[in-house]
Amino acid sequence: MSQLHYALYTGCTAKQSTPELLSSTLAVARKLGIKITILEEASCCGASHLQDFDEFLAHVLNARNICYAEKLGLTMITICNTCQLNSAMTKHALDTNPKLKARVNEKLAEVGLEYKGTSEIKHFLYALTEDYGLEAIKDKVVTPLSNFNIAPFYGCHNIRPSELHHKSNGGENAYVPKSLDNLIEALEGHPIDYSHKNKCCGFHVELQANHTSEVLSGNAMVDAIDNNADMLVTPCPLCHLKMDTYQDDIGRVVGRDIELPVLHMPQMVALALGCTPQEIGLSFHVQPATQLIAEAKA
Amino acid sequence: MDNSSRKVTIKAFRFNKETDYLPYYKSYEMEIGKDELILDIMNRIKWEHDGSFSYRRSCRHGICGACAIKVNGKATLACKQNAIELLNLFNNELVLEPLSEKRAMKDMIIDKKDFWDKHEKVTPYLVADIDPHPEHETKQSIEEADNFLDADLCIQCGACHYSCPVIEVNEDYFGPAAFVAAYRFAIDPRDNAGKERLKETAKMGQGVWDCVKCFECAEACPKEINPIEKITKLHNMQFEQGVAKSNVATRHAEGFVRSIKKHGFLDEADIVLYSEGYLGMYKHIKTAIKMMKAGKIHWNDALPWVDNVPKSKNLSEIQKLIQISMTNKL
Repeated sequence: MSQLHYALYTGCTAKQSTPELLSSTLAVARKLGIKITILEEASCCGASHLQDFDEFLAHVLNARNICYAEKLGLTMITICNTCQLNSAMTKHALDTNPKLKARVNEKLAEVGLEYKGTSEIKHFLYALTEDYGLEAIKDKVVTPLSNFNIAPFYGCHNIRPSELHHKSNGGENAYVPKSLDNLIEALEGHPIDYSHKNKCCGFHVELQANHTSEVLSGNAMVDAIDNNADMLVTPCPLCHLKMDTYQDDIGRVVGRDIELPVLHMPQMVALALGCTPQEIGLSFHVQPATQLIAEAKA
Repeated sequence: MDNSSRKVTIKAFRFNKETDYLPYYKSYEMEIGKDELILDIMNRIKWEHDGSFSYRRSCRHGICGACAIKVNGKATLACKQNAIELLNLFNNELVLEPLSEKRAMKDMIIDKKDFWDKHEKVTPYLVADIDPHPEHETKQSIEEADNFLDADLCIQCGACHYSCPVIEVNEDYFGPAAFVAAYRFAIDPRDNAGKERLKETAKMGQGVWDCVKCFECAEACPKEINPIEKITKLHNMQFEQGVAKSNVATRHAEGFVRSIKKHGFLDEADIVLYSEGYLGMYKHIKTAIKMMKAGKIHWNDALPWVDNVPKSKNLSEIQKLIQISMTNKL
C-alpha cells in the first residue's frame, strides 16, 4: 500500500477546547504511517450557525478552505462531524449548481483562488476504516481494548443526510451505522448495541434551548449506561463537549447519576495502538478518563 | 443486492387505545415477493391474518400522505417503499410501528392533532388580495417558482415531524413540516403574509432557532424535500428582511462572522460571551471552571483583552472575502 497522505482540516474545536483531539489524531496518523499536512490557511466552517446568518458567505469561506486542499492535490480530512457536513454541503452545492459555483468563484478570484471540485472531503474515521482498512489496523493493535464495553455514538453530521455521505464519506446506513462498531471490534473492544447510537446530542442548541439539549444527550447516555457501557466514543468533538463537559447538568436534568468517560474516536484508537498518555490526552476530560489507560492494560 | 422473494417474520405494533392498557407486538409470517410494498404487507396482515389490524391508506401512489409509518425506526411512506429493499437494509427483520407510539390510537393510526395545530400556526396558504377580474395573469419568473418547487411537494404525511427529536422534548416547537409550509408561502412573491410567518418562526421556543440540526427530517422525507434546508433559508430570510431580533440565538449566528473576521477561527470563549452577554455568562461559569481544571481551556481565554485564539494563515484573504460576500445584517 502506498503511503496515505491527507490535508487535515482541524476545525476550531481541536485547536481550542479539545486539544486532545488534535494530539490523538496526529498520534494515530504517526503510528499508522499516514502523512498529514495541516491546512493552516483554513477558516472556521461556520458550524451551521454562520450558515443560518449568511448562507452564501458560508459557501464562500468553505469553498476557500477546499481550494487549499485542491492546491495540494489531496483529499481533505476532517476530525469533526459538523466540519465534515458543512464542508461537504458546500462541495455538493457548488458541484451541482453551476450558477452558485460561478458566483462563489467570482468572489474567490478577488483573492486569487478558484474552486474546482477536485478534492474529496472525508472524515478521519472513514480514512481509517476504509482507506487504511480494518484488517491493517488490527495488525497494529498493541493494547487490545478487550476490557471495555464501548458505546459507539456516531453523531448526526457523519450519517445524515445520507446522500451527502454516500460518495466519499463512509456511505453509512443512517439507521444502522456500522463503521464505529466495526472499528471497536477491530481494536478488540466490545461495541454495545443501543438504540440511541445514531441520535442527536443537542449540542447546537446548547445556548438557546438548554433543556432540549440536556434531555437529548441524557437520553443517549442513559441508554448507553443501561447497556453496560464503560465509555462512550464519538468521532465528533461537539458531541464530546456536550456529553463530557455538561455531564453533571445532564444527569440532573434526566434524574440520573452519570459517570461516563466520553472519548474522541482517535483517542480510542491511540489507546489501542499503545500511544503515550500525553498523546492520548485523557487528562483533558472533565469526566475523569485517565484511569482507562491502566484499565486497558489490567 | 439480493432481490429474491423470501419468507420472513414481520413484527407489528398492536394497540387499541380504548381497550388496551399497554401496546404489544405480534408476529406474522409471510413470503414476500420482490415487487411488494410495505402497504401490501399491511394489507396482507389485515386480509390474511387479522382483520382488526388498523392503518390509514388512501391514494396508493404517494400523494395523500395517509400511510406514513415507521419501519425499524425509519419513517416510511408505506405505498412507496419496496419491502425487499428494507429487508436488505435491516437484515431481514421488519418491525412496523406507528409514526409516534405515544400518539397511537389503534395500531398504525395516530392522533396527528399536534401536527395540524402547528401547521395552522404558520398560515399554510397563500395570503393575497386577488382581483377577481384581473386584466392580466400574475406572472412569476422561473427562478421565483424554483424557490418553492420542492417545498410545494409536501404531502403532510408527518414523516419528518415525527422523526424530529425536538417535538418530543419541547411541545411548543413547530417542527420541520410546519417550517416547510412557512417557507413555501413566505418565499412566494404573490404572497403578502411572508413577514408575519417569519415573525412566528423567529420566536424562541417555537421557531427555527430551536432546531438541533440533526438532519432527521432530511433523512425521513419521502418526497425528498429536505426540510432543514428550508429551515436554514428561514433563518437567512429573518436577517434579510430585518425580522431577526437580537437574542442569544441570533447573536450566536452573527457572532461567527465577528470571530472569523478577527481570527479566521471561531473564538469559542468570545462566541459564548457575545451570544449570552455578560449577565448571561453566569450560567456557564461552573462549566468553564471544570474545563479549566481539566486543561480544556485556560483562565485567560474568556478575557476579551487577551487574544490567544489561533489565527488562520492568510487571514487577510478571509477578511476580504467577508467584506465582499456578506449581505446580511443583525
